[in-house]
Amino acid sequence: MTLAEQIWQFFLSGLTTGGTYALIALGFSLVYNATGVINFAQGEFVMLGGMITAASMTAWGLPLWSAALIGIAGTTLVGIALDRAAIRPARGASIVVLIIITVGASIFIRGVAGIIWGPDERVVPAFSGEAPIGIFGANITPQSLWVLGATLVTAIAMWLTFEYTVIGKAMRACAINPQAARLCGIELSRMISWSLALAAAIGAIAGIVLAPITMTQYNVGTMLGLKGFCAAMLGGLGNGLGAIAGGLLLGVLEALGAGLISSQYKDAIAFVVLIAVLLVRPSGILGGRRGGEE
Amino acid sequence: MAAVREVPPDNDVHDEVLAATQRRRAQKVQIAAFFLFVALVPLAVHNRYYLHILIVVGLNLILATGLNLLMGYAGQVSLGHAAFYGIGAYVSGILTATYGCNPWAALLAALAVTSLVAWLVGKPTLRLRGHYLAMATLGVGIIVVVVIRQTTGLTGGAAGLTEIPSMTLFGRELQSNMDMHYFYFVWAWVCLLTVLFANLVESRPGRALRALHDSELAAQTLGVDTAAFKVRALVISAAYASIAGTLYAHSSMRFLSPTPFGFHTSIALLVMVVLGGQGTLWGPALGAVTITAIQEALRPYADYDIVVYGLLLVVMMIVMPGGLSRALGALYGRLRERVARHRAGDVAR
Amino acid sequence: MSEVLLDVDGLCKDFGGLEAVKNVSFQVRHGQIKALIGPNGAGKTTIFNLITGVLPADAGSAVLGDTQLLGLPTHRIAALGVGRTFQTSLLFDQMTVLENVMVGHHLRGRSTMLTAALRIFGAGAEEREYREAAMQALDRAGLAHLAGRSAAGLPIGQRRLVEVARALAAEPRLLLMDEPAAGLNMRETEHVGEIIHSIRDGGVTVLLVEHDMSLVMNISGEILVLDGGQRLAEGRPDEVRNDERVLAAYLGEDID
Repeated sequence: MTLAEQIWQFFLSGLTTGGTYALIALGFSLVYNATGVINFAQGEFVMLGGMITAASMTAWGLPLWSAALIGIAGTTLVGIALDRAAIRPARGASIVVLIIITVGASIFIRGVAGIIWGPDERVVPAFSGEAPIGIFGANITPQSLWVLGATLVTAIAMWLTFEYTVIGKAMRACAINPQAARLCGIELSRMISWSLALAAAIGAIAGIVLAPITMTQYNVGTMLGLKGFCAAMLGGLGNGLGAIAGGLLLGVLEALGAGLISSQYKDAIAFVVLIAVLLVRPSGILGGRRGGEE
Repeated sequence: MAAVREVPPDNDVHDEVLAATQRRRAQKVQIAAFFLFVALVPLAVHNRYYLHILIVVGLNLILATGLNLLMGYAGQVSLGHAAFYGIGAYVSGILTATYGCNPWAALLAALAVTSLVAWLVGKPTLRLRGHYLAMATLGVGIIVVVVIRQTTGLTGGAAGLTEIPSMTLFGRELQSNMDMHYFYFVWAWVCLLTVLFANLVESRPGRALRALHDSELAAQTLGVDTAAFKVRALVISAAYASIAGTLYAHSSMRFLSPTPFGFHTSIALLVMVVLGGQGTLWGPALGAVTITAIQEALRPYADYDIVVYGLLLVVMMIVMPGGLSRALGALYGRLRERVARHRAGDVAR
Repeated sequence: MSEVLLDVDGLCKDFGGLEAVKNVSFQVRHGQIKALIGPNGAGKTTIFNLITGVLPADAGSAVLGDTQLLGLPTHRIAALGVGRTFQTSLLFDQMTVLENVMVGHHLRGRSTMLTAALRIFGAGAEEREYREAAMQALDRAGLAHLAGRSAAGLPIGQRRLVEVARALAAEPRLLLMDEPAAGLNMRETEHVGEIIHSIRDGGVTVLLVEHDMSLVMNISGEILVLDGGQRLAEGRPDEVRNDERVLAAYLGEDID
């Protein structure tokens, strides 16, 4: 392979991982907009989506589609429970306290997952076979297309929700001005529940489409969550379009860095990018509302 | 306000200066009493496991005290403080184990490296308003662990760095199989660093930190270079972590692996400070003892330990967002009030 | 006339199309009490923010003695001898009253984090010295009995006095006071007037923004009237009082 071909290959595989990061980042942004909280349990939603799906397939012999639906539904319930049990009772607490609460919740969720499913890696079969598809000299698995498709569909669905549905508009109103939204009769706590439910569902989708590529395990959530957070910061925290762009960009940068520089430091790349963003443009590539110098 | 001037002033000046001196003296007595108590502990505790745990408590206390300076006084959050701990430990470990360096020289080198990293992270991010330091330290925390894991030639990677020599004191080795010596050594550091901390917060730079935490604008108007003071607080806080790291490297295990310096230790440190009560002298000590005790108590229950730990974090933060020391203080106040009311009732009858 | 302490020339500030300060020039002389007055939105507080480096100016200059202030960070401007009090009295609420005033001594202190922690190179002596000095400052302000109280619980009149004591502890050459009488009753306002006089008599030049016209007319040597970010008139209180443009701007308001 020539260097150009290699780069093209890395780019495509980077887009695939980037699609997952984009979905995770979207979850971060959703919750951040509704609550101002950085939900460090976001990565656990990704883990839950993959694990519940894999487990329902092996335990009950369910077909992929129904198992995936159970995965999404189950994770969404966990998201709502997280809001009710941990975030809602701590309303008004300082940012640090909320960070500790979401991290504590994520440790708890991971611990329970470890007890239920054990430490073994689980496999979800590829949705439509393993035969690679050639695109201009590079190979891409059909599952990669599933990931990108899921990212695209989710992004469009989100956009439609926020643009055209009552609940979506209400959530946007809450993000822009919670007090004014309340005066218009929008119940903030319901919107927060919705945003966590949505974030959990999106996280689960990411986990399910990613599982056939990387396999899944009870402890994959932390790193995926933190990288998704880097993607959200890269795109500008709280910015939906930025989350998608940040996720894809981060995935590509990570694949290129791992492929061309050093695969050993792959896990550090996202965080180097995060620090670079903080130094150069703290409001993110598409952000503008927050950040800035004193 | 006219009434204000009628108060005889001289007595007040005298009283207040006296009261301040008394407060400081009371604090000194508290510190002395605490460490006297600690010094007596090995007389009662002969079990080496417990001594080891008490050493861990001491290390956590140093870490939490340093982080408290940053969080409770300068109002900044570090989500990667374990990285500074790790840098301190590994620089000490590598210099002594691989290069045969004197442990004290290694301690200083570790301090220098850690402070430099902290300065490099803080300088650009602390000029910004908002929690950018938290994000940057989060990143640094993970990068440091990845680097430790991957530079196997230097750090031993995931397998760990072994055969770290003992700490020496006046030419004598603090034999690591004699945990009592090391216990006193670590707690002497805890004592020293606590006294330094108590001095610092009651001084010009300490007040500058508390001032900028309250109102950056007002502090600047009085000539406080707020960005510089925040960076200094971060550097000192990282230096505390570095010392704890060096002490860890030379503790009885004489072995370093990347695991204790990851994200979850950073969060545990955060919890010690917040749970104990940030911005208080004894809060983080309380937090360090509580969290270390919880972690050690849960250790035998493999698999269930993190479930309970995660649950405890959530519950404690919801119930006591202001920290244990404030919650206990409030409880004490309520009890005293009840007793007083009870007595008043008796008198009335 | 005494020499010029602060020379503001052609100061401009634009907030995204809203011209808050338009080409404002004025001078403050040594030992003067000068007032900036004008209706809400006239740009008075913005001028304070520009002079103290809280906001960057778009154009113009502000020279203290022979040093250009614009472009310097706030803490450097403070070090050059410009003090400030705020309309809302920005006290450090988590500290005691005494500690608040002690922060006022920050600029004169020498101790660093290291010397303070180790209590070496006179850090301990400095701490005692400034504690004494702050206590005496509070005593002079008649606030000694409040020294140990938390700043958070003070009533507004006392907050303002503490803030003034804190600002004076830094020994400024020029003190900018933003509405020192806001929220005070008549007796308290009178007292503030006396305090401003005594500050001036102590050798500190005062530039104040104030809405209370009786206070302004009583204590100011010179008044600058602003309207819509522009200079409307300037002169002694009796001159300003009779200026037609000023009367027009304040139409319906009693400026006697």
